[in-house]
Amino acid sequence: MTNPYLPYEAEVIERIQESPTLFTLRLRFTDPSVHDAYRFAPGQFNMLYLYGVGEVPISIVSDPIDEQILDHTIRSVGRVTRGLSDLQAGDRIGVRGPYGRGWPLTVAEQRDVVVVTGGLGCAPVVSVINYIMRRRERFGTVNIVQGVKHADDFIWRERYEQWQQAPDTKVLIAADLGMPLWPWHVGHVTDLFDELQFDRERVIVMMCGPEGMMRVVVNHMQAQGVGDDDLWLSMERNMQCAVGHCGHCQYGDKFICKDGPVFCYRDIRNLFGVKGF
Amino acid sequence: MTDAVQYLERDGLQDLIQGLQKAGYHCVGPQIRDGAIVYDSISHVDQLPRGYSDHQSPGQYRLQQDDNPRCFAWANGPQAIKPYVFAAEETLWRSLRDTAGELQFTEHVVDVGPLAIIGVRACDLAALYLQDKHFLHAEPRDPGYLARRQQLLLVAVNCTHPAATCFCASTGDGPRATYGYDIVLSELDAGYLIEGRSQQGLTLLAGLPTRPATQGQLEQGDEESHQAVAHQTRRLPGHNLKQALFANLNHARWEEVAKRCLSCGNCTAVCPTCFCHAEQDRPALDGTSSDHVRQWDSCFTQGHSYIHGFTLRANTAQRYRQWLTHKLGSWHDQYGRSGCVGCGRCISWCPVGIDLTEEAAAICGDGEP
Ligand code: SF4
Ligand code: SF4
Ligand code: FES
Repeated sequence: MTNPYLPYEAEVIERIQESPTLFTLRLRFTDPSVHDAYRFAPGQFNMLYLYGVGEVPISIVSDPIDEQILDHTIRSVGRVTRGLSDLQAGDRIGVRGPYGRGWPLTVAEQRDVVVVTGGLGCAPVVSVINYIMRRRERFGTVNIVQGVKHADDFIWRERYEQWQQAPDTKVLIAADLGMPLWPWHVGHVTDLFDELQFDRERVIVMMCGPEGMMRVVVNHMQAQGVGDDDLWLSMERNMQCAVGHCGHCQYGDKFICKDGPVFCYRDIRNLFGVKGF
Repeated sequence: MTDAVQYLERDGLQDLIQGLQKAGYHCVGPQIRDGAIVYDSISHVDQLPRGYSDHQSPGQYRLQQDDNPRCFAWANGPQAIKPYVFAAEETLWRSLRDTAGELQFTEHVVDVGPLAIIGVRACDLAALYLQDKHFLHAEPRDPGYLARRQQLLLVAVNCTHPAATCFCASTGDGPRATYGYDIVLSELDAGYLIEGRSQQGLTLLAGLPTRPATQGQLEQGDEESHQAVAHQTRRLPGHNLKQALFANLNHARWEEVAKRCLSCGNCTAVCPTCFCHAEQDRPALDGTSSDHVRQWDSCFTQGHSYIHGFTLRANTAQRYRQWLTHKLGSWHDQYGRSGCVGCGRCISWCPVGIDLTEEAAAICGDGEP
């Protein structure tokens, strides 16, 4: 039996500074057979290991069809992520995964899609947006909504601009604090909800970011008549093992690492928003 | 009990220890260390806590010796058998770094020999069943736990002297051992009723100087079990408190218990079903390797709910609520039953004597058992 905790060596192919606190590591397993066998779905995550420091769960932002490289966009906030931020191309780390359940992309086909993110937590949904935009014909109207605190937290501007050009696609961006030449809305992301275009009978909403923001989105969508089965959220908690053993990620009866991180709202509505869980 | 029940003179237990040793088992059994009964290596029956009884109450544990001839006339000590399967600390893997910065990961193989634990109580067998569910019954299985578990032989002892803190009768887990053991003993004044369950247990039993138990001895054993039930006064206010607990997440009692609770985590450290553990890296001083180690953790610590620079359960009320709603509530969905086996350890070993049966009753109401 193989040890489920054992990482595999991966090489940093490129490091990209996305914003003052966000950076992307582009990784490849050094053992080609490991790399070839590796499969993941958008919304899943890997455990990245920094030698001598420890592991951290990071969602995978690349597209499953880009077999060459695995992208992880990371916010430098703790001991491990700060250390990862110092890495350069050629450096080695450990990677194990993928873990958890990703976005309901098969369920979403042929339907209108609303993807909402807030704060700096955009990485898990960028994978889903990329996925949808590359298979645009399989989905109905697509709404991409993102709220950030400061306009300079907004990364991947060109991608959003590109997505905006796609047919039947709406991109709505808001920053609480704007900056000169900021082309999008200044104010709260909720101000933009009225501009969303979807048929509530066939919409699916996917969101990630601060739970307070997701609560607002859920309330808004419910008021529009969207059912709990059609609301999907990516949740975050302390994670150390990623396989349902260490107990840190428990959310009521759920283990975020294996039952999530993406949940249907129906399955977590009893606890969602209760402080302390 | 059936015809299969045999009687073993008190000294015959030494033959059992020797039989186990001959069969290749390292034996551990209850012994007194620092004023408490814990498991430790044993080779002779004289090492057992003969003549000792324990007095337990909220926040209290005390041993007392008298002329009682029995070796198991006490309830349970702070340490369950958990450390023998789910080690308090364990290396999971090691990373080696060469001068070029390349990494190599090697798994740490837990290599333990056969282990026999003598004196396992019913509550701890139930806890073992739950830990098996957690670590082994879903993929991926935990390799360290599995390696230890496969080497285990369990000699259970039916409880005759429950402590005031015990409530296994109310959780349905004791005081008699009904599953999960290889051999079970019922202690009488002059010897033991002894019964094998597994093939290994039956084989060992065949080599012991036993004789069929008499009707009187069997009746005595049954009577003591009934007494052990009758002596238990604590109980949980229901078998499944999930609904009641989650319907009362804003109950004033959470804040009230938080005023007494020190958030020390003792309750989780002695609980035989708690499975939380933290992982950390321990680099060697020479910089060429680092061990990835796990250690028991507690939901009462600051770090347990840490995420992105803040602690999700910042206060004690939230932590106590997490512990109780998980133990008595969410376990039902996760593992098909409550996470409490009624051992009472968390009551005795809480420095301020918080009693979960009392807290549960205050929050859920004093329902039917
Ligand atoms: S919660 Fe307390 S009484 Fe129940 S199994 Fe754990 S330590 Fe024993
Ligand atoms: S209930 Fe008692 S043992 Fe548990 S954390 Fe609080 S003070 Fe410590
Ligand atoms: S991260 Fe360890 S149980 Fe989920």
